[in-house]
This record gives sequence, structure tokens and C-alpha cells, in this order.
Amino acid sequence: MSQTLQETFSRLWTLDRDVLAIAWLSLRVSLTAVGIGLALGVPLGALIAVARFPGRGAVVGLLNTFMGLPPVIVGLILYLALSRSGPFGTFGLLFTPAAMVAAQAVLATPLVAALTRQVIADAEAHLGEQLRSLCLSAPQRAGVLIYDARFSLVTAALAAFGRAISEIGAVLVVGGNIDGHTRTMTTAISLETQKGDLSLALALGLVLMSLVLAVNAAAALLRGHVAKAYG
Amino acid sequence: MDFLRRSVLTLSLLAALGAVSPASAEPASIVVASTTSTEQSGLFKHILPLFKQKSGIEVKVVALGTGQALDAARRGDADVVLVHDRPAEDKFVAEGFAKARQDVMYNDFVLIGPKADPAGIRGKGVDDAFKAIAAAKAPFVSRGDRSGTHSAELRSWKEAGIDLPAVRGDWYRDVGQGMGPALNTASSLGAYILADRGTWLSFKNRGDLTILVEGDKRLFNPYGVMLVNPEKHPTVKVKEGQAFIDWLVSPEGQRAIADYKINGEPLFFPSAKKG
Repeated sequence: MSQTLQETFSRLWTLDRDVLAIAWLSLRVSLTAVGIGLALGVPLGALIAVARFPGRGAVVGLLNTFMGLPPVIVGLILYLALSRSGPFGTFGLLFTPAAMVAAQAVLATPLVAALTRQVIADAEAHLGEQLRSLCLSAPQRAGVLIYDARFSLVTAALAAFGRAISEIGAVLVVGGNIDGHTRTMTTAISLETQKGDLSLALALGLVLMSLVLAVNAAAALLRGHVAKAYG
Repeated sequence: MDFLRRSVLTLSLLAALGAVSPASAEPASIVVASTTSTEQSGLFKHILPLFKQKSGIEVKVVALGTGQALDAARRGDADVVLVHDRPAEDKFVAEGFAKARQDVMYNDFVLIGPKADPAGIRGKGVDDAFKAIAAAKAPFVSRGDRSGTHSAELRSWKEAGIDLPAVRGDWYRDVGQGMGPALNTASSLGAYILADRGTWLSFKNRGDLTILVEGDKRLFNPYGVMLVNPEKHPTVKVKEGQAFIDWLVSPEGQRAIADYKINGEPLFFPSAKKG
């Protein structure tokens, strides 16, 4: 164990440009997926929070359940859909980064929506009556509350990013772990583990953790900066 | 509100760019469905740059078990398959999913186990070794993933006259994974395992494992290559796929395969028919 760890740290210095390219791909795919997840999940979650309609409780329950979607199932369903023999086969998206973005977006969207719903529901408990007295429609109220809670929503974005960048089940199935093309940090770590090169796998794991740390730090800085600028 | 609208707009633009841009600037490429043994042994990393330099074609390898690789090709998700399970390959051709199969190379299987060798198989023939393992109920790790190696293992039990479903018990561990993970498991359990020599040579976490049986004719492990039939799947890139196959079986491609060595030991031996 201690020998493996020692090797791990010495390997860190010898990681080459391949690893940088892999890290960059992971980052690009997961950030894009989170972007899509935010664009869809924030409005959806906020609307569910402010709107009152029959079956709302069931929708909320379903949304919370979807936070636990197993990545490998999402990967499998997308694989069958994107396969040449599947309904979206003509686009030739299987085994491309775009397919990995789609898979991670499917994982990120319900997570963002569910967390947003909770944040917006809390915000509405404070401001809802006031907003309703202004005779605003549900989408308008949702918009105001999203703006009001925008800093809390950063946490939802970071949670979605964490889920996306650390999952392997979906990207492995729809991406195919193709060297130099769809190999991400997680599939590379898995491959090195399979080859029995445990110290290299751990070194790559440290790189992945640093990436996540860097993104979280960037989000914290941005949040502080924006908070100062816009109050 | 404005802030929100702007950020959503920017994000979706970024998303669209990120998803679309890599596809537009790509050179000619093909998808090859192959096996974990060829990928994990490092062979592709050695030969593909040579082919790309020569032809300009990028080869994207998806490494699966042989059974899965053939299934992916059946669905039209690969242009070329390079696998090692002769009966399954012949079936693939018979079903019309490929017009022809060509020999490319071979390596061999080795029976691996703990140095202490509790079942006493060292130096035995394949049949006797498998019989001894079953008789001793010594821990054995099976791939269990419909790979070429898994098929070869199942054939070996049968040829040794052992009715596996009848005798299997706790000692027989079906891991359902690739060669590497199966070797990792065998290494930590001190179990016997059938492995392809290529993956074994490049495998690093050997622990107490060593080769106990090798060199038997029946452990021969041939690899075949096939172009997916474009009449089944019009999306198959015939020209580029055929160029890759032609290169693999050409003297140049065969030499590239033979030149790949780990610690001076070759992993694969070229076997394409000349002419």
C-alpha cells in the first residue's frame, strides 16, 4: 500500500500531454452537460416550486427519484437510441463526445431541477405571498425567485458537475473509451486499474480530484466577485 | 432577470458549440470494435500511429469482449471487427454481417495460478490441468463475459470431459469482467485463471501468480479481422475500413504486429496468408 502511494506521487510528475488532453475532454464534456442541465433544470425546478397543479406531489417525488438515476442505465438507453440500428442512428453520434455530453446532461438535469425546486420553494416561503399580491404569473414569480436565489443555485450547479465528472457508467457505454477521442478521466482510471497499473490509476485519480477542486474554487471566487459587484 | 436570461443564453450557446465543434473538423476515421486483450496489451497504441501516418485514417478502437464487439458490429456501430473466437466469427460471416474473415495474428492462452500450485497442475497438459483444478475444487476465476477467452475456457472444461454446470461451486468465481479485472481478482484470491499471453505480459499487479501451463497446441488463440457488410449497414465506411484491413495483412502491417514486444517478448505473431 505505502509503496503504491509512493509510486503514485512519483508518477504525478511524469504524466504527459495525453493526460492533459484527457483532463480537458472530461472538463469540456462535463461542463457542457452541466450547462445544458442548468438551462433545462433551473426553469423546470422553479416552475414546479411555484406552480400549483394536481399531482404536483407525485411530480416532485419523481424528480427526486430521478436524482438517483443509475448512470449505466442512462448509458445503456442512450446507447440503444444512438446506435446505428436505433431511432437516432442516422446522426452517427454513438462513440463521440457529443453522446457523452447527452448522457451526462440526462444525469445532471433532474439533479439541478430537484435542488432548484427545493431552493425556490424555500425562497417562496418568504416572498411568495408578496409576489402573488402583485398578481404575477407563475413563470414571472419563478423568474424573480431564481434571481433572488441565484447564489444558492451555484450549489446545485456544483453538485451536478460533481455527479457528471465523476460518473463512468454512462460515458463508458456511449463513448466507448476510445483513446484520444472519448477517453475521459474516469474511463482512463478504470482502464489502468484493469491493466493492473494501480499507481498510475491513483495518480490519475489525484488529477481528477484536483480538477474538481479547481472548478469549485473558481465557482467560489466568481460567486464572491459577483456578490460584491451586484450586491 | 436580465442577468439570468443572459447567462442561460450564453450557457446554451456554449453547450451547442461544445457538442458540435469536435465533429466538424475531423479527418477520415473508422470505428473498430475489438477485444480488451488487444487494447489492454498495448498493441493498438503501437500499430495505429503507423497506420495513421501511412494512410491519414484515424482508427477509433472500442474495446469490448468478443461477443459484445460482434454485437456492436451487428447493430452497425462499427466498421471493422478484430476479435478472437473462431466459431463466433464464422457465425458472424454465415449470418451475412461480413463477407469474409481474414487471419491477422495469433497469440496463445496460458493457464495461470499461484506459485504454490495447490491443485498440482504445473507442467501438465491442458486436459489434465483442468481436471486437476476441478478435482481439487481449487479457486478458479472465470471471465464470464462471452469474450473470446471465456469461450476458450468453456471449451477447455468440455474437452477435459468436465461437466462444468454439475461441478461448479464456490471455487468457481464468475466475475463477468475483462481480462485485467479478472486477473486482479485471481491475484487477490490466489486463484487459477485462463488468460491470453498478451494481457498477462503487460499486466502489472501479478502478486503471487505465475504461468503454470503453456505451449499446448490447443491453447492457440487466433485473431481474425472482418469488414462489416455494407449491404447490412450502408453507413459502413468501406474504403477506409478495407484500407485498414489491407494494411494489417500487408507485410508492413504484419511486421508492425511482430515488432510489438514487452521486455523483449513478442505478444502477437503475424499469421496473415501471403498473396
